[in-house]
Amino acid sequence: MIEVRDLRKVYVMGEEEVPALAGVTLSIERGEYVAVTGPSGSGKSTLMNILGGLDRPTSGEYRFEGEDVAHFTDDQLADFRRRRIGFVFQSFQLLPRLSALQNVELPMIYAGTAPQERRARAAELLERVGLGSRMGHRPTQLSGGQQQRVAIARSLANRPDLLLADEPTGALDTKTSQDVLELFAELNREGLTLLTVTHDPEVAEQAHRRITFRDGLVVSDERGGVPA
Amino acid sequence: MRALELVRFAMGAIVAHPLRSGLTSLGVVIGVAAVVMMTSIGLGAQKQVTGAISGLGSNLIIVMPNFQRGPVSAGAGAGFSLRDADAEAIEKQVDNVAAVAPSVTSRAQLAADGANWNSRIEGVTPAYMTARDLALASGRMFDEREARQGRKVAVVGATVARELWGEADPVGRRVRIRTVPFEVIGVLESKGQAGFGQDQDDLVLAPLQAVRSRITGRRFGGDTVQTIYVKAIDADTLDRVQEEVTALLRERHRIRQGEDDDFSIQNMASILATMQATVQAFTMFLAAVAAVSLVVGGVGIMNIMLVAVTERTREIGLRMAIGARRSDVLIQFALESVALSLVGGLIGLAIGAGGAVLVAKLANWPAAVPAWAGPLALGFSVTVGLVFGAYPSWRASRLDPIEALRRE
Repeated sequence: MIEVRDLRKVYVMGEEEVPALAGVTLSIERGEYVAVTGPSGSGKSTLMNILGGLDRPTSGEYRFEGEDVAHFTDDQLADFRRRRIGFVFQSFQLLPRLSALQNVELPMIYAGTAPQERRARAAELLERVGLGSRMGHRPTQLSGGQQQRVAIARSLANRPDLLLADEPTGALDTKTSQDVLELFAELNREGLTLLTVTHDPEVAEQAHRRITFRDGLVVSDERGGVPA
Repeated sequence: MRALELVRFAMGAIVAHPLRSGLTSLGVVIGVAAVVMMTSIGLGAQKQVTGAISGLGSNLIIVMPNFQRGPVSAGAGAGFSLRDADAEAIEKQVDNVAAVAPSVTSRAQLAADGANWNSRIEGVTPAYMTARDLALASGRMFDEREARQGRKVAVVGATVARELWGEADPVGRRVRIRTVPFEVIGVLESKGQAGFGQDQDDLVLAPLQAVRSRITGRRFGGDTVQTIYVKAIDADTLDRVQEEVTALLRERHRIRQGEDDDFSIQNMASILATMQATVQAFTMFLAAVAAVSLVVGGVGIMNIMLVAVTERTREIGLRMAIGARRSDVLIQFALESVALSLVGGLIGLAIGAGGAVLVAKLANWPAAVPAWAGPLALGFSVTVGLVFGAYPSWRASRLDPIEALRRE
């Protein structure tokens, strides 16, 4: 599904050029569950941003189902994110003014889904993540774990091909982390391709493939673990 | 992406901070209210001026003497150059004339049945009624014969009638004008206030000859007249009649080419046009001053929109991450700014129109909120919202989603 070849990203900070990705080549197949680990500044977040279409590489190739994402315009990238990608963030990024249901509806509004259809799907997704009884709650009325589940429901709204999670359990306690990880495992079993960026060995453990980054390069790429 | 949804986003953000939104709109409220009020009051004043001047008589030309030709002009009405014969000549030789009415004027003390009043006495001919568009409430106007003979009869205005006789009918009673007794034969229909603080009903009409010989005394002795009113048959012939009257009087007064007239001639239409232009210029000036407050209101909107963009940076980043295009973000914030301004504009329109009606009522003017005040207010407020929302919205749309999501 994803083909990345010699991907480079250089940030220019004043006079200095800081390489974040120094030539990454990898491919990810449909249905995989990948964890990307590595120390801060190793380039793993940069990779995720590029894969998710939030950023463009300085050079190199990025093909998603054959599409040349590396050379997309801003609008093409927006459409790409909307149709193909679901994001889950460490800090949830829910809009505080909106209810859980409205937060989940949001991506479908940009996709132009009819109001009734999108309400039904949002309700179904909240049901799916175990929040069927809290649809009308605002984010502030929900616990951290519940907020992250709303965010996961939102990421699934437009039926993405790839779910990108950036430290999804970083702001959660052990118990709720477990719930979120179980939800991820379940989604993966249903066929969703998942890529999560994490420091947490426990989170990485869950994945079927662990890619380790250091100084903008892949230093290890191991498959294994227990397919649940 | 449907426009309707973007409108809902914008309205949601406005409703989320009612106090802030209200205060932000206030600038536009004041600006639009001021513009609407100023233009409406100006328009009312214009109507008032028009009414007042056309109340003096329509299609009217006024000829007054200038002081005799010389190095110093003493101004209109100061001389004695016009005579009865001039009025007669105009009537006979100028075409398209409906009425020619020579007159002399003086102020005089009136006494009747124990009451006293000071009023304006005009010595006129019957044609005066036509020239000045006057009508009788009761009694009759003196006729040509009475006028020629200088009979001591008088037609009084409504104010004079009220002051001297109260509710009673003055017809048939006597009034002393500077001790000279006159018989009242008619009462004029009320014309109301002229708009310059002058009461058009406060006058007494008497035959020209009688006034000249009995009231004004030596000053207007003989056949001198103070004013000749010439009424053209319609507005189209007004200018031509004025030209012909001018030419005729110059000829009769033997004024050579290049020399100044020894009389002044004005027509009401041009006076009206001048007054209207003055009022209009004044209105425009006031409206322009009011428009400045609209700009101030716009700056307020821009300020709060910039704050909103900063506050909601993470929201913008999130929207972009889930697939909003830059244009979606741009439109959302522009709509928010326009909505703030538009709400202010609508409230301002209501206040401005209400204020104009109130002022008109207090000043006894015809209220005149023009039909275009609505579109004007809406147009102004939408424009202000767009112009001053443009930069904040553009800034929102240019945010880098990664940076925006990271912002605390």
